[in-house]
Amino acid sequence: MFLIHCPYCGEDREEEEFHAAGEAHIARPLDPDACSDEEWGNYLYFRRNPRGLHRELWVHVAGCGKYFNIARDTASYQIHGSYRIGERFTWSDAEDSAAP
Amino acid sequence: MSVFPKKRRFSGLGLVKQALKHQEGWQRMWRSPAPREHYDIIVVGAGGHGLATAHYLASVHSQAKVAVLEKGWLGGGNTGRNTTIVRSNYLWDEAARLYEHAMKLWEGLSQDLNYNVMFSQRGVMNLGHTLQDMRDIQRRVNANRLNGIDGEVLNARQCKQIVPIMDTSGRTRYPVLGASWQPRAGVARHDAVAWGYARAADARGVDIIQQCEVIDIVVENGCAVGVETRQHGRIRADRIGCVAAGNSGVLASMAGIELPIESHPLQAFVSEPIKPILDTVVMSNAVHGYMSQSDKGDLVIGAGIDSYVGYGQRGSYPVIEHTMQAILELFPCVSRVHMNRQWGGIVDTTPDACPIISKTPIENLFFNCGWGTGGFKATPGSGHVFADLLANGEPNELTAPFALDRFHSGALIDEHGAAGVAH
Repeated sequence: MFLIHCPYCGEDREEEEFHAAGEAHIARPLDPDACSDEEWGNYLYFRRNPRGLHRELWVHVAGCGKYFNIARDTASYQIHGSYRIGERFTWSDAEDSAAP
Repeated sequence: MSVFPKKRRFSGLGLVKQALKHQEGWQRMWRSPAPREHYDIIVVGAGGHGLATAHYLASVHSQAKVAVLEKGWLGGGNTGRNTTIVRSNYLWDEAARLYEHAMKLWEGLSQDLNYNVMFSQRGVMNLGHTLQDMRDIQRRVNANRLNGIDGEVLNARQCKQIVPIMDTSGRTRYPVLGASWQPRAGVARHDAVAWGYARAADARGVDIIQQCEVIDIVVENGCAVGVETRQHGRIRADRIGCVAAGNSGVLASMAGIELPIESHPLQAFVSEPIKPILDTVVMSNAVHGYMSQSDKGDLVIGAGIDSYVGYGQRGSYPVIEHTMQAILELFPCVSRVHMNRQWGGIVDTTPDACPIISKTPIENLFFNCGWGTGGFKATPGSGHVFADLLANGEPNELTAPFALDRFHSGALIDEHGAAGVAH
């Protein structure tokens, strides 16, 4: 069971209050009509799937209802931090080979 | 013609003979060979799909220099972690053809392998709880019948006749309105499938190398030429097929390619053994639970996937609670049954809930992955068509729709309705 810190509520709450919404920091192409099939397919379907450090979008469905980001290890399940939309997160240690 | 010499063939008479010899005359089912320096084809991953691939490479395509590399022990990943359900009632033509191809192989598999995989065609029931569920079920059953796949639409009363312990009173929060029913579907012994394929492939000269972890895929001039392993160093190969389920993305990144796959934990449970109460398989996509009873008497229960990416081979507690709620609402009589074990496997989900059986931008490197929550049912078919792809280097009519480029061309095969979560 994850204990997740919601950066908007400022509280540590149980995983059940939240829902994972996939990889974080995916920018919609500014001009979709100008995209090639490859670029558009990559935007729609291709997600990073690392065994290790990962930045994810979560939503506090049973709380404030806001989306925010979590930096988490997908193998050990350790949560390194949670931060608001628009903020950046850098890993404290130098193992960020997985960073986008 | 069996590949096994008479002395090694399993038979009823053999059982009697061994019993008289105090069971001391059994031979090892497969060798543990040291890897050669070079193979014609290397299959990465000795789960059901990988071993089936090796078996059909040897038996159908007469490929002898084949190795299967496994980082752990064979059949120890999702092959040993699923809920053993086999069915083929998929909506779209491409998927229906692929899964029905597997179903037909299942029907002769024990004879083909000379190994009892305990395939039991006890029927699978997919429940509908809303009017829209029932409309979808009718559409899917009609599509199945047009594709030559057996299927029936049942109402709640007919469901109750087949599964008397199910609550079809209509007083539950999600009432059972009916179901789709595939009589030829059923269950098989998952470990036996891996063991049977391993034994048959080994008898034809395939090297199964366990505890041999691939840590890199060697690519020279855009062409895969071998793998680097942790225990045995570099092993060269003309062609490499990756069949690594949840770890496919990790392998793909070694070769520098990307797959549209996310790996999620999926959980299952078994109860303590009880007297027979359920002689079929009941699944419900809407409430996320499915249940069958093994020959030993345990209730085998499957859950939904966790919503986050994870490689931990364990699931989260809220999913367990959610699944138990669904099972108890359907089967109130099991409320006092204890669960014996709980575990998780890592499933490789694709955006359209269909597998990727494909060439890659790297020449001589092939992937068979993305089976998501429902790969077990396809084991023989998956191995059969992937062996064809590895042997010929080009997709056949069954595999062509499942190429990797569909995520750029847009020709997706949306099986979320028939695949969903429940398998």
